[in-house]
Amino acid sequence: MPVTRGFTGKRRAEAAGRSDRLPPGQYDTGGQWPTLTAEVTPHLDPEQWSITVDGLVGTPRTWSWRELHALPGDTYAGDIHCVTTWSRFDTTFSGVSVDTLLAAAGPLPEAAYVMAHATTGYTTNLPLDDVRGGKAWVVWEADGKPLSDEHGGPVRLLVPHLYFWKSAKWVTRLELMAQDRPGFWESNGYHDRGDPWLEQRYQGDP
Amino acid sequence: MRETTTRTAWTTATIAEIDRPDGRLTRLRLDVADRQQALPGQHYVVRLRAPDGYTAQRSYSIASDPADPLVELMVERMPDGEVSGHLHDVAEVGDVLEVRGPLGGWFTWSGETTAVAIGGGSGIVPIVSMLRYAARTGRADRLRVVAVGRTLDELPYAEELLAAGAFVALTRENLGSRVAAPPYPEEVRDLVDLPTPAEAAYVCGSVGFASFATRVLGEAGMRASAIRVEQFGATG
Repeated sequence: MPVTRGFTGKRRAEAAGRSDRLPPGQYDTGGQWPTLTAEVTPHLDPEQWSITVDGLVGTPRTWSWRELHALPGDTYAGDIHCVTTWSRFDTTFSGVSVDTLLAAAGPLPEAAYVMAHATTGYTTNLPLDDVRGGKAWVVWEADGKPLSDEHGGPVRLLVPHLYFWKSAKWVTRLELMAQDRPGFWESNGYHDRGDPWLEQRYQGDP
Repeated sequence: MRETTTRTAWTTATIAEIDRPDGRLTRLRLDVADRQQALPGQHYVVRLRAPDGYTAQRSYSIASDPADPLVELMVERMPDGEVSGHLHDVAEVGDVLEVRGPLGGWFTWSGETTAVAIGGGSGIVPIVSMLRYAARTGRADRLRVVAVGRTLDELPYAEELLAAGAFVALTRENLGSRVAAPPYPEEVRDLVDLPTPAEAAYVCGSVGFASFATRVLGEAGMRASAIRVEQFGATG
């Protein structure tokens, strides 16, 4: 590919200092947190909200807002990466590990993928192995504050090792599946897995 | 939801035309190699490459009609923007850029529905593509456009929008007899309702603008599930 005449790169200094944390093609927002959504941002009443784990599980389970808060809490502190090329360092999220929910529902041996569903109808698909083993959370706090509506509040999925569209806002259901099928952005040209370190942005990226 | 899975590869684009309509905007007209057919509302990723291989990339909406022999992008300069700054200060006719697109299968309109489209600031760009497409294909009556800017000078494509019959709302200066203000729900309702109720709505702009516009559309009677949103932060 051609070198761009006259381009040297403004952000290379900051990229160099943090190159071990910045995936290819990403830049550091410097603490800003842009938001992206394809839909109207809903305002959800936590008392009306619940989360269900079903599909290929031994016991489909549903938790209310209060029941979810009664589970053992967990925290993620680290970086998040959006496919639109921003990365935000050092964000702390609090909620529960998806492992806790899966342990209660009991995935069947044939379960290999998850479809995360939001209250808005948004969906995103993930390999089951990407949401278990301490890699994914259902969270309601960011940097010590309740998650705002535009960032997916009251509750969102958090899968920080994949591009952030996989971290479904307003999540309400995790459906375990044997076969992969595309979610919302995945049907619209985005990658089925979305690993930022492999730059899997769009369908067809290796 | 429509299945419009695209597999697009990186290619090159030569800048055929470039102009800067004001201090913040750069209009690029690109001759794209191995170009793929676009739908109105889609975007391209532009990638810049330094001699040592360092790259930076950003997404920009397409302003041109899919039938245009060139791909037109209107790029707003962001504060300290690495890509927009280069395109504004350095890029010239003949320069070759890496591009990938068209991308985005959701925020698209090809005349299959009657629609209201509301764009704020540079969020009007993909709606200009829809408008140009509608005009060429005889579907102008199926698309009603609301363009919101601070001033006429700051609104991209302002003259073209006015000439095409778009409703232009300026928030910082009067336009004709209309006093500076964001669009009122009743102004939007007139467009949602007439002559037949719009089946879909499109909103493009900053996060704050998108939130405002979707609320106004809701007050005007548009179902939330019929509204497609494309919003952006200050992402350089």
